[in-house]
Amino acid sequence: MKLLASLIAVLMLFALGLLGAAGTVPGVLLGIVIPYLAVATLLAGMTWRVLKWSRAPVPFRIPTSCGQQRSLGWIEPARLDNPSGTLGVLGRMALEVLCFRSLLRNTAARRTPSDRLVYAWRPALWLGAMAFHGSMLVILLRHLGMVIAPIPGPVALLAQCDGFLAIGLPVVYLSSLAFVVALLYLLARRLSDPYLRYLSLAEDYFLVALLLGIGLSGLAIRHWLGADLVAVKQWALGLASLRPSLPGPVGPWLFGHLFLACVLAAYIPFSKVVHMAGVLMSPTRNLANNSRRVRHVNPWDYPVQVHTYQEYEDELRSKMQAAGIPVEKE
Amino acid sequence: MPTPDQPEYYPQHDLLKPPAGPPQSDWMDTPVDFRPGSYIYPGKAKNLKILDLPHARDWSVTDADWQLPADWQRTVLEGMADRLGKYRSFQIFMDCCVRCGACSDKCHFFLGGGDPKNMPVLRAELLRSVYRKNFTALGKVLGRIAGARELTVDVIKEWFSYFYQCTECRRCSVFCPFGIDTAEVTMMGRELLGLLGIYVNWVIEPVANCFRYGNHLGIQPHGLRDTFDFMIDDIEQATGIRVDPPLNKKGAEILFVTPSGDFVADPGTYTCMGYMLLFHELGLDYTFSTYASDGGNFGLFTSHEMTKRLNAKIYAEARRLGVKWILGGECGHMWRIVHQYMDTMNGPADFLEVPRSPVTGTVFENARSTKMVHIMEFLADLIHEGRLKLDPARNDHLRVTFHDSCNPARGMGLLEEPRYVIRNVCHHFFEMPANTIREQTFCCGGGAGLGTDENMEMRLRGGLPRGNAVRYVQQRHGVNRLAAICAVDRATLPTVCDYWAPGVQVTGVTELVANALVLRGEKPRSTDLRGEPLQTPTAGESAHEGPAHD
Ligand code: SF4
Ligand code: SF4
Repeated sequence: MKLLASLIAVLMLFALGLLGAAGTVPGVLLGIVIPYLAVATLLAGMTWRVLKWSRAPVPFRIPTSCGQQRSLGWIEPARLDNPSGTLGVLGRMALEVLCFRSLLRNTAARRTPSDRLVYAWRPALWLGAMAFHGSMLVILLRHLGMVIAPIPGPVALLAQCDGFLAIGLPVVYLSSLAFVVALLYLLARRLSDPYLRYLSLAEDYFLVALLLGIGLSGLAIRHWLGADLVAVKQWALGLASLRPSLPGPVGPWLFGHLFLACVLAAYIPFSKVVHMAGVLMSPTRNLANNSRRVRHVNPWDYPVQVHTYQEYEDELRSKMQAAGIPVEKE
Repeated sequence: MPTPDQPEYYPQHDLLKPPAGPPQSDWMDTPVDFRPGSYIYPGKAKNLKILDLPHARDWSVTDADWQLPADWQRTVLEGMADRLGKYRSFQIFMDCCVRCGACSDKCHFFLGGGDPKNMPVLRAELLRSVYRKNFTALGKVLGRIAGARELTVDVIKEWFSYFYQCTECRRCSVFCPFGIDTAEVTMMGRELLGLLGIYVNWVIEPVANCFRYGNHLGIQPHGLRDTFDFMIDDIEQATGIRVDPPLNKKGAEILFVTPSGDFVADPGTYTCMGYMLLFHELGLDYTFSTYASDGGNFGLFTSHEMTKRLNAKIYAEARRLGVKWILGGECGHMWRIVHQYMDTMNGPADFLEVPRSPVTGTVFENARSTKMVHIMEFLADLIHEGRLKLDPARNDHLRVTFHDSCNPARGMGLLEEPRYVIRNVCHHFFEMPANTIREQTFCCGGGAGLGTDENMEMRLRGGLPRGNAVRYVQQRHGVNRLAAICAVDRATLPTVCDYWAPGVQVTGVTELVANALVLRGEKPRSTDLRGEPLQTPTAGESAHEGPAHD
């Protein structure tokens, strides 16, 4: 249900985007105004998000320790999974961000016929996530070639490697295939596990549908529908250099593709996709586990009501004396 | 006829039945089910009053009307806003979950019960949905489509149910790609409930006791003296040594703080006796305190403020007695607090010295600021430096496995020290399967204030993954002793083992050390501290020259 609604929503958005080719006014709107608005929303929204997070203090040092602490000199600490200093934290964060370290731990629980619970390493989700995020990164970099002229060397190289395994002509990019396949896997996974389906929100499906829409329309344009690449590049360069011009004859499909991308960009700051910045700021991961070695200060610490020793002894003095326990006031 | 607070009430095959899958109705439309055995009685008014907590009243979970204070919605929402401003963790954890479900089958309550709201992600969504409705643009506009919902009385009841079906064990956090720690969400949820005077009595009564008498059980100083005297006699009977543990001794070098559960209830008492024997043998200049007579701190299961209120007495007492540093006994949540909160909350401990073992001279650099050392660190150092005379054969009647307690494992990383100690005092040590120990350890099912008999169904369900792993090493290696460095474990795991792995008993690690410890002037030992016969009785002290370990 949630998936169907999401698919329909994305299709409608795509159709809306197609209108961009219908005349000058929609062309300006969908080809110039909305892309600018979307990028502005993305940048402003994410900045606001990160500022909001950073304004909230980290009162306590609460890293999740996923390995041996640094204690006695002769015990080898887990420098990355339980870092005790900045260097270790950097390493841990790099592993989290680049390799999805925690996801790589994933296990699946299963009950054997003899009622034993066993936990098997299950890296499929990790693979899917790596494929999805990795290919998206490559695709984004490839698209850089659209808005920068001349194409920077590394990007050109990347595009070349990416398209190396050409299957027929024109070149099929490996990343585009991986992107779509990974998304389909993530979707299938969400749908096939009854518990995962149970906890999923419409947002979860909408995002997948949106990303699929962008990916598939991109693939379709490249291989079947076609677009005048020279015109596209001219238009994109104009946008990027803040001297926008009305797009040439690029065809309606490209408008649809672009509009979906704009929706995504504008939606990101309000969605779960903020995790791309949040992961860097998660206090269970980005702090060193050294709170006994170095004092951590809570900026909003305030005095609290305690039961002092004095009050304690005043209530219990005679009993303490009778039991031979030393007291302050005889 | 057994009742819901007794394990016999629950046939094993019932608890083992594979979950039927999630209910037909959406989770937002599925009401909570308060069946006996699955919830804890609410906090009594008298305990809230001792602590000056608002909205004290006597009520019952099954009442239709929970007597919420007037304006309760505003109280909760303002409480949320306040905490969102104070804790970055809270904001990040509310905003960043992608519902990937990597955490879902990591929670022992979900594994043992199959209730989807015990998946950490959904547990957090219970709160997140209210956050969306009131604090996010999309939630306000789109409502339910965006996973947002109104704060209603039913939501409060649901929070109560599921935030007291989380043991704050942090296992989910290990697997989350963003480190989202549902234990933190639970803590926030419990704080918000607290604003409405909603607590469970199993937590708030110990808190009230601890506030007033220094320990959860409400043992008064003369009672503690008596308790110690019993232990002294028992120790003498087993070893021929008469120890003399000091209470409130001014000017001692070390203040020893340990959870009070080990003062009164078996098998924790044997661990406590173990401390006394060890310190006696070392000739340590130390003291127990009656005022700081509990390192355990159920304030952690109440609110950050309450954690600080109860924890304050440790430094206060260290200052009053004029000790140099603090040594802490085997406890789980106490060490979460000591390691991650104490210095921040009640420090700086600049009146103490950097801990230095008077026996080995080792300086505990890792405790340079907080000035409190874990007994396992202290023991591992003693053994490593060859300062204990040990005869592991005295534990030959035991086949031991080790349960990593959640807090020292995932809130500290104390993994190798206890293992090193155990390997040096026992010949027969077997690890449970890799995915059930160390940072992936499974909770006892009764932590964070859930270990009461009225909650028996949830304890047995939550204890299933741990019990199952124990059963495995029992069948495979004949394990008969489960060692743990936590007083809550020693109180809750016997029930779990009796149910899921009958025949396995629970022990503290220091108890094992005390069994193996060769004492100056001891009598020939034919039993361990529990009075159980040794496999090979020993001839007494003279039979052993030099340290027994290598
Ligand atoms: S693992 Fe983390 S991101 Fe994934 S569902 Fe659980 S809490 Fe959310
Ligand atoms: S902290 Fe532990 S009990 Fe709570 S949700 Fe996570 S795994 Fe479950």
